[in-house]
Amino acid sequence: MAATEQEILAGLGKIVNEITGIPASEVTPEKSFVDDLDIDSLSMVEIAVAAQDEFGAEIPDDQLKHLKTVKDVINFIQN
Amino acid sequence: MSTNRVRVVVTGLGTTTPLGGDVASTWAALLDGRSGIRTLTEDWVDTVPAKFAGVAAVDPGEVLPRPEARRLDRYEQFALIAARQAWQDAGAPEVEPTRLGVVVGSGIGGISTILNAYDTYREKGWNRLSPYTVPMLMPNGAAGWISIDLGAQAGTHAAVSACATGAESIGQAIEMIRSGRADVVVAGGSEAAIHPLNMASFAAMRAMSTRNDEPHRASRPFDKGRDGFVLGEGAGIVVLESEAHAKARGARIYAVAAGVGITSDGHHISAPEPTGIGGKTAMLTAIADAGLSPADVRHVNAHATSTPVGDEIEARAIREALPGSPLVTSTKSMTGHLLGGAGGIESVFTILALSERIVPATANLDDPADGLDVDIVRGEPRKLPDGQLAAINNSFGFGGHNVAVAFTTA
Repeated sequence: MAATEQEILAGLGKIVNEITGIPASEVTPEKSFVDDLDIDSLSMVEIAVAAQDEFGAEIPDDQLKHLKTVKDVINFIQN
Repeated sequence: MSTNRVRVVVTGLGTTTPLGGDVASTWAALLDGRSGIRTLTEDWVDTVPAKFAGVAAVDPGEVLPRPEARRLDRYEQFALIAARQAWQDAGAPEVEPTRLGVVVGSGIGGISTILNAYDTYREKGWNRLSPYTVPMLMPNGAAGWISIDLGAQAGTHAAVSACATGAESIGQAIEMIRSGRADVVVAGGSEAAIHPLNMASFAAMRAMSTRNDEPHRASRPFDKGRDGFVLGEGAGIVVLESEAHAKARGARIYAVAAGVGITSDGHHISAPEPTGIGGKTAMLTAIADAGLSPADVRHVNAHATSTPVGDEIEARAIREALPGSPLVTSTKSMTGHLLGGAGGIESVFTILALSERIVPATANLDDPADGLDVDIVRGEPRKLPDGQLAAINNSFGFGGHNVAVAFTTA
């Protein structure tokens, strides 16, 4: 069932694009959601909920604040 | 007293209405006498007695990028669209952020968001709610988004006075510039209330027309056959500016926002006070505030909503306050009643009537009510004379709010 890093990255790119309008191609592993992609805390909640639906991995609120980069989210979902 | 005061001028206009997605298309439709009212096709129309409304001619979802649209209630979408139009129309003025203000309100606020979110909460739980639910439902949300869009830092306000909201917002904006708090203020009103609960609740008041077989003829202010108002949606926003600021940047000036009069009936929560003294005093106060004489007023965009009681009381107030035989019209005959947006769009129409010197006709006025004794424009638009003229936009709201805004030719 485990999605590959590439599959998760592609899925996150679609979600981020849907919610913020940022092109999916800009959603790359090293990017910080806040500092690089300029995504605010409300949109991060939306992204987290959509990611849970997409990948079936629940992201608790106390974990969400530690997920700074796209790679952090990918790792969290894979584990 | 008024001679030393800061003069406030109108430099930008924006609207999205049942007649058109912008000012030019809406104004052309008004002069053509077209109706923006149509039969609703949603499933829920079977559950309410009034089955038609003035739906926005251009859906805001087609104008705004999707990521932006999904975090705004429909009333906020209308407001942001109209504000951006007005700002561009004003030439996107360069102004210090701390000298730029916003006064934009709504009569009801994000009610569709509230109701949809409550369904989501009950069916799926709290964590399925959009994190934007609160900013979408709050009635100051539109003002907040506009302030973000423009970087306005001189203060952001949201008047809430039911159907007087748009006019009251413009009145507050005039005061904001006069008091020295801002050089430029974006002001007006917005509403998106075509939802079955609103249609049912207004029907419970017996306030809405049920002329279901002829929706385009249902809004008929001042006509003997009127049987209630017709709900519309959209927004009207103006850019107001101190005359000094506008002239320094060479801005086009549509009109002078010359005065505002505000009274309250203190009488009944929804029914107008029967003598019309509140509306009359609001008009006279606006005229005095503008340094005008009552006879200077040559045009009134009436509040007249097509309810059996209100229109005749307003006609009496106009007759008693304004001896200059002003040309009276109710553009709600074509747009429907935009509630908190009404004073916004109707101020835009009043300003255009002055600047273009033409008054749109009141549609559907086939058989005027007895004893109105005011000069209501019907059939075809009528021209206003040359020279210095004044005009008034009236807006009255549930709660007993009476607002009159006086404009003069530039």
